[in-house]
Amino acid sequence: MAELMAAGEEPEILFWVGCAGSYDERAQKITRDICKILHHVGIKYAVLGTEESCTGDPAKRAGNEFLFQMQAMTNIEVLNAYNIKKIVTGCPHCFNTIKNEYPGLGGTYEVIHHTQLIQDLINEGKLKAEGGESFKGKKITYHDPCYLGRANGIYEAPRKALEVLDAQLVEMKRCKSNGLCCGAGGAQMFKEPEKGNKDINVERIDEALQTNPQVIAAGCPFCMTMLSDGVKLKDKEQEVKVLDIAEITARANGL
Amino acid sequence: MVAQILFLVLTLAAIALFTINLRKIIRNIRLGKAVNRNDQPAKRWITMLRVAFGQSKMVVRPIPAFLHFFVYIGFVIINIEVLEIMIDGIFGTHRIFNGLGGLYNFLIASFEILALTVWVSCAIFLIRRNVLKLKRFSGVEMKSWPKSDANYILITEILLMSAFLLMNAADAKLQSLGVGHYVQAGAFPVSQYLINLLPSTESALVIIERSCWWFHIIGILAFLNYLPYSKHFHILFAFPNTYFSNLEPKGEFTNMASVTNEVKAMLDPSFVPAESEPGKFGAKDVTDLTWVNLMNAYTCTECGRCTSVCPANITGKLLSPRKIMMDTRDRITEVGQNIDKHGAEHQDGKSLLDDYISREEIWACTSCNACTEACPVNIDPLQIIVELRRYAVMEESQAPASINAMMGNIENNQAPWKYSPADRFNWAQES
Repeated sequence: MAELMAAGEEPEILFWVGCAGSYDERAQKITRDICKILHHVGIKYAVLGTEESCTGDPAKRAGNEFLFQMQAMTNIEVLNAYNIKKIVTGCPHCFNTIKNEYPGLGGTYEVIHHTQLIQDLINEGKLKAEGGESFKGKKITYHDPCYLGRANGIYEAPRKALEVLDAQLVEMKRCKSNGLCCGAGGAQMFKEPEKGNKDINVERIDEALQTNPQVIAAGCPFCMTMLSDGVKLKDKEQEVKVLDIAEITARANGL
Repeated sequence: MVAQILFLVLTLAAIALFTINLRKIIRNIRLGKAVNRNDQPAKRWITMLRVAFGQSKMVVRPIPAFLHFFVYIGFVIINIEVLEIMIDGIFGTHRIFNGLGGLYNFLIASFEILALTVWVSCAIFLIRRNVLKLKRFSGVEMKSWPKSDANYILITEILLMSAFLLMNAADAKLQSLGVGHYVQAGAFPVSQYLINLLPSTESALVIIERSCWWFHIIGILAFLNYLPYSKHFHILFAFPNTYFSNLEPKGEFTNMASVTNEVKAMLDPSFVPAESEPGKFGAKDVTDLTWVNLMNAYTCTECGRCTSVCPANITGKLLSPRKIMMDTRDRITEVGQNIDKHGAEHQDGKSLLDDYISREEIWACTSCNACTEACPVNIDPLQIIVELRRYAVMEESQAPASINAMMGNIENNQAPWKYSPADRFNWAQES
């Protein structure tokens, strides 16, 4: 972003990568695929790079409003300094926080999640599913991330991205507004679960595997971790792939 | 004449007692912190019409939705009959609305059919709770009073409907015998089948008819006064509770204004906050919550839809969103009783956090909003959990060690993990 600014240019959209997308090895792949998609359709985008920092989401959900607002205000200062208008995020948690909680602190932007961007591109005819890996007839089940689904009512965008694949979409029993959490939200990602008789991600994976999928589609780096761990635990890594919507889209287009 | 006076006294006493208890509950709710839920009135009315009147969130589970709909419609419509009972009781008349002719017959007939459907639905509900033992109705918080409460309500409704139908049957028989006071009025599609079970002497029939009439109306007045002590209060509070729903996206947590002031002052030393709001951060006790949280607690009818979809509860953790609401209600009731007994300044040394809700419960929440989505009357347990966490973290620095580590990482490295901020852009180097 700093480079664009120095060159006196403005991006169409800022890609907010997020901490997981920046540091988590698995999520980095998703980050790069989102970039490939942006590049493929010729959208002029920018990233903040080292100027990005945590949105404060996990701190806020854990109850640390101070830390959240410190992060939020610092980020808003950076975003406003660059005169950012539109943001796409690679993570539903960043998406929810910037979209819903930043405006009250002086940061108002048009914020979309990457699955919404993909849906828009498909609707505009700029993105298809050709030239790459064929998902035709493959059994795919989509896991709704809480902060995209229930939290913000986005159920159709990710499904639209899967529909163009001509794959066989199978829904889990608990899907859309009734979707079951992967177990990572509310800062659970960063702690051990409380005492119980099962881990939440295992409960979810059991349900996902009941659909006999070849691919479990995700839209959130935290869900990705939880679901991948679940598949690993069930020893199904060979048969079942956990892929982000962005990765599926990139693969289908040979990017 | 004696009967009329007795009726009037009973009715007025029942209404007075109910008003006193209702006012106490409203006073208790007002112990909560202010929050503005008067914006967007049009959207609020629509939400109330859709969710409370229209029962839109009940349909997710079709069987209870269907049965509940009968009980709900029965409750609303049979109240027209209660109006007639009131007028008859005060003026000593009999079936005063008889003048409506064909319409009256139609009304009585539909009340009878509704009474039967209410009867059957309540019976099925009892079976679901006590014979089939549906998982949703069990749980640590559903022992003793809450368990009995549900059964009392269902049994009372069955008794009330039975009295109503039996009263009509006796009335119909008296009408057919041509007893003077019992004018020809009403149609009795259900109670006609009870007629043969009744004695044929006039005096016995009058006793049955009058007993059922008195039982029905005294039962209703007693039930009215049972409501403030019961989960059944939802039949009244479902309406204001949905009107004052959270209309923002579920994922949006409130930004605490008191914190904003401090953070602004930290980032910019020249900033002077408009007004400083003393007090603690988050909630330790019920009076630290908002009045909406407290109204939510009184509205909860303990149906357990929230708990049955809670990922933490499903996987055996201690957290149950229903318990969060019941604990909040029980605690605010206790605070209210303390005020009545010892005055407003009394402290009993107890609090919602720790004495009612444990740390283990609040830290098990994934903030996934399944509970708020599932609640048929838009109750929000999540907000209470977050307020308790805020207290634990900001006032006491009492978070699980790993959460503290995560927050330390955000403070020092601007990421929840221990990575260097300088490495944040490394993903761009293709691996």
